[in-house]
Amino acid sequence: MLQERIPDLSKFVEPDRVRREVYTDADIFELEMQRIHERVWIYCGHESQVPKTGDYYQVQIGRQPMLMVRGSDGSISVLYNRCPHRGNMMVGDRNGNSGEFFRCSYHAWTFKHDGRLRSIPMMESGYTGTRWGKDNPDCNMKPAARVENYRGFVFASLAADGPTLLEFLGESKVAFDDMCDRAPEGEVEIVPNCFRVIQHSNWKIFLENQLDALHPSVVHQSTGRAAHNVEKAIEKETGHAPLSYHMLSAFATVTIDKWDNFQTLSYPHGHCILAGYMGLRPTDPDTLAYDKIMIKAYGKKRFEEIVGVNIHHVLIYPGLSVQSPLQQLRAVRPLGVDRTLTEIWHFRLKGAPEPIYRRSLAYYNLVNSPATLINADDLENFWKCHQGLSSDGGDWVSFARHHGHDIEKNGVVETAPNCGTSEAPMRGQMKAWAEYMRG
Amino acid sequence: MAKKIAKRPAPVTKANGHSVQHAAEQFLYRQSELLDSKKWQEWIDLFADDGIYWMPPDGSYKTWDGQPAIFAEDKNLMTVRMNRVLHPDAWSQRPLWGTNHVVSNVVVEKASPNGDVQVRSRFHMMELRRDDVRHFAGSYVHQLKKTREGFRIKLQRVDMTNAQAAYDYVLQVWV
Repeated sequence: MLQERIPDLSKFVEPDRVRREVYTDADIFELEMQRIHERVWIYCGHESQVPKTGDYYQVQIGRQPMLMVRGSDGSISVLYNRCPHRGNMMVGDRNGNSGEFFRCSYHAWTFKHDGRLRSIPMMESGYTGTRWGKDNPDCNMKPAARVENYRGFVFASLAADGPTLLEFLGESKVAFDDMCDRAPEGEVEIVPNCFRVIQHSNWKIFLENQLDALHPSVVHQSTGRAAHNVEKAIEKETGHAPLSYHMLSAFATVTIDKWDNFQTLSYPHGHCILAGYMGLRPTDPDTLAYDKIMIKAYGKKRFEEIVGVNIHHVLIYPGLSVQSPLQQLRAVRPLGVDRTLTEIWHFRLKGAPEPIYRRSLAYYNLVNSPATLINADDLENFWKCHQGLSSDGGDWVSFARHHGHDIEKNGVVETAPNCGTSEAPMRGQMKAWAEYMRG
Repeated sequence: MAKKIAKRPAPVTKANGHSVQHAAEQFLYRQSELLDSKKWQEWIDLFADDGIYWMPPDGSYKTWDGQPAIFAEDKNLMTVRMNRVLHPDAWSQRPLWGTNHVVSNVVVEKASPNGDVQVRSRFHMMELRRDDVRHFAGSYVHQLKKTREGFRIKLQRVDMTNAQAAYDYVLQVWV
């Protein structure tokens, strides 16, 4: 049906512009779910979310309700949240502990944590001579085709073939390396709270905004300015304002012309990196104490390498934005063509002193909570964007800023010097999108 | 005409000629009125200098300090929020937007001899933004300090009944 109406989706993506239907057409959305989200590696969660046998978390992959669960042998499985008997959801709660096995609330079929059938009430009398029984894989809870874990971050792919997780991540794996390496023990641990916010816009609008270096000084001027004034007042009174004010005021003090100084990098598969701009290497006593512990753990040379990584955030296409130096991430779950859920988590650096945790906590609360001082204005723009694109007022979205100046080396697109506000990352994302959608 | 006015229950204790119950209720009503009429600075002024406005993400949280919080704001952060909202480029604040709070079930939980009190109450807030109506409900716990100017808030805890559900859009101002 869609194929008739849209004979060649690749015509919807040109190097410097994209058709509006890519954001607003419900059929294209369905196709995206099949060809992108239900095929590539999607972030499920961190292994420390499910520390004990039987612990589970629900996770949406494309349109599929899945469960990430810890087995008795310590392994993590990702299963469809569905009983093979009559299709009942196996668990109704967002997270919990299943006990020794999953037990369906409808007819008491039970399953091991890897999804294999454990028992059916009166199996002998009820199923002898039928095709149903322990030997039939159709009687198991269906697992995700592939599950991989990189430094504690669990991904699943619903397609049996395709690149491995590390092949898929490529350079974007720095998101997890940068986060974990900053821990003296080389690992992070989830803080058990997830902020969940729904935006009334297509999922790609959020992704594009992540690497849009022109927008902060326009959209977040109000908060940046307000924070800057309070920051100055505190400095005047006490000589030193908490770093959290700087995190907010940077949105205003980094003025619109300065944003061209910050580089973006675009990689195959649609992943991108925005270089750091906040200058998060202060020399206060807390940081110096942390540095000392880090040098003890890694040695001076390796320590310098670790803290020298200068990233604001990494976008892992099609649905994960990782802010590694502040140990938080946003997982993007499309709910419909015009509705998108973000699940926002943060992490503790194992072995780091408490003040370092509190620093990232401040950012988590101020920027990423449902009472965010920053994202309120983003979400307003995303909604307006989606509304405008739903109209017949025009056919195209422009990604032409600094087009023609991108520097491409081995599939990696760097923005040219003083072109930090280039729309190269959006062009890169849409190029990857068109490749995925070719099927 | 009734000859005798029904006897009121005995007040918890006296303060300025009014019962503490009455004073606490009037304080809560005034606070919600300031929110609904967008008198942000006057609302902030109800807090003690070291006062905290706190909305935990979950009812099990015991302290605001050092944990995830939907709001955990001192007066400085409240000032940032106020000035953001008042900035002409606070895009999300441009549309028609308003709230209506109803506060009830007011219980004075603790009353100290020095006049400080702890008050629990329930609220219901209706919010209009453009054509969208949202409802939020929950409980407040106010730790109020007695001062010459009246009560000042040391800690206001706001437990949203819907704190664990996904937020459809966000909260821009205090609830």
